[in-house]
Amino acid sequence: MTLSRESAVTGNAVSQAWSSHEGAAALAAPTSTEKRRVFDWRILLGFFLPVAIALLWEAAVTFGLAEGRLVPPPSRIIAMLWGLAQTGELRTHAWMTLWRVLVGFVIGSLSGIVLGALSGSSKTMRQLLDPTLQALRAIPSIAWVPLFILWLGIFEASKVALIAIGVFFPVYLGIAGAILSVDRKLVEVGHVFRLSRVQLARRILLPAVLPEAVIALRSGLGLGFMFVVAAEFMGASEGLGYLLVDGQQMGKPDQILAAIIAFALLGKTADSLLVVAAKPLVRWQDTVRERL
Amino acid sequence: MLTFEHLSKTYADGTRALSDINLTVHEGEIVSLIGGSGCGKTTLLRLIAGLDRESAGRIRLDDEVLSGPHPAVGIVFQEPRLLPWLSVFDNIAFGLDGLSATEKKLRVTHALEKIGLVEHADRWPRDLSGGQQQRVSIARAFVTNPKVLLLDEPFSALDAFTRASLHEHLLGLWEETRPTVVLVTHDVQEAVTLADRAVVMQPKPGRIFDELPLTLSRPRDRTGLPFETSVRRVLTALDHSLKAPQAQPQRERDRQAAALWW
Ligand SMILES: Nc1ncnc2c1ncn2[C@@H]1O[C@H](COP(=O)(O)OP(=O)(O)OP(=O)(O)O)[C@@H](O)[C@H]1O
Ligand SMILES: [Mg+2]
Repeated sequence: MTLSRESAVTGNAVSQAWSSHEGAAALAAPTSTEKRRVFDWRILLGFFLPVAIALLWEAAVTFGLAEGRLVPPPSRIIAMLWGLAQTGELRTHAWMTLWRVLVGFVIGSLSGIVLGALSGSSKTMRQLLDPTLQALRAIPSIAWVPLFILWLGIFEASKVALIAIGVFFPVYLGIAGAILSVDRKLVEVGHVFRLSRVQLARRILLPAVLPEAVIALRSGLGLGFMFVVAAEFMGASEGLGYLLVDGQQMGKPDQILAAIIAFALLGKTADSLLVVAAKPLVRWQDTVRERL
Repeated sequence: MLTFEHLSKTYADGTRALSDINLTVHEGEIVSLIGGSGCGKTTLLRLIAGLDRESAGRIRLDDEVLSGPHPAVGIVFQEPRLLPWLSVFDNIAFGLDGLSATEKKLRVTHALEKIGLVEHADRWPRDLSGGQQQRVSIARAFVTNPKVLLLDEPFSALDAFTRASLHEHLLGLWEETRPTVVLVTHDVQEAVTLADRAVVMQPKPGRIFDELPLTLSRPRDRTGLPFETSVRRVLTALDHSLKAPQAQPQRERDRQAAALWW
């Protein structure tokens, strides 16, 4: 039986290559190398467009077809990044930005988790909290900036506050929604085994909301990176956002693009760290494995 | 001994799911509830399990009036309802929180042997077949050694082969501690295979239509004549419950409705 299955795999491998991903994966289940090769190819495909455009632009500037003053070629951006890294400036700025995001994220997500948990698990709390928070959510967060500056000054506190606000809402909504949508059937299993409220929260609600909580935290983190730029536009002497403003005022598009690339790398790294940290907690999920 | 006294349940929307149920289930007895869809079988089990409150009457376990989930009552739902974040082992051990680790391991391992899933102890529920998941859920209910075990159509989603083997697993587990079992089923063969008594129910409002003792000796031979006779008796009762006494009032009401319409 094993023999016939294996021969079926090799025999069909070619003809199945184009069929659905799932079908191919199920078919190739015993030979994991085959599965990995299919997957690698797709990742490489994603690189094709940006690399091709970069090379084309580089060539256009090199051969004098374009001037490249406002849109610098990749080599100049890399040189700028390298220069900033050499002088240690890149590290100072990136570190400052990261620090602001981190503090804002911790404050925003902690309050989002606490209030989201309250509003998700108790109807009274939801009726008390949710209308106010929804109303506040309707205000574009940047509109708070003048007030924050008046209240908290122009230094770190007002920046962190803005980032925390940005992080808070997606986390709050995600956690509250996740708790509200926990399967009643699983909660009943807890009731049958006579779990107390605390035990129910720890043994059923918490694990059940974890996957959605991770997603909420990730979108919170993404917004944190968005708001750090706004915060650093408010007037900062350090941070990647400062590099952006400085690049504009000094007419250095290569510095702007270098800062943008640094932002992208930083954001992606932070997101991946969050995913890796959460992975062992949500391993049990019965979903497409590559979802997170 | 499990006793229902004038038990009624009316849902908030006015549905009379159960009305005046009186029944006694003896210790160690297997009673199977049979009846058409919507005659209150699930409602009855949920009341016993303490997941819903009765509107009137009461349920007694020995000398105790049940109110809310009781440690001596276990339930297997129609779906496995395993916790997806726990391994098979931890799912079975879910109700054994107060016990020491060694005792827990002992009981769970024994249950795993009984249901034939020892080698699957460390897998996630998502990696099990439907029948395997349902076995785990039965084991989860059994390991706490309940005095009363409730089963709500636990095998209805499975094919006939798997069902027959699960019947054996179930009886194997039952033999050990002989709990009182209330088994809801749509399947007359299943009732005759497992139960000591069949209770036939009737809808609108849900009530007991008839009780039939099934006194065949165990293990039951599903191909024998006595088995066939019992199946036929239960089927006849079920048939009557769906037609005979209902027909008269039903037609009367239809006529009234028609009269109102005109
Ligand atoms: N939560 C509820 N609210 C209102 N009515 C309900 C509720 N649950 C069940 N009912 C009604 O109560 C009656 C009995 O339902 P129940 O689920 O107990 O039937 P059942 O005998 O288990 O049916 P089936 O064999 O289809 O599972 C039905 O008419 C149903 O519509
Ligand atoms: Mg039912």
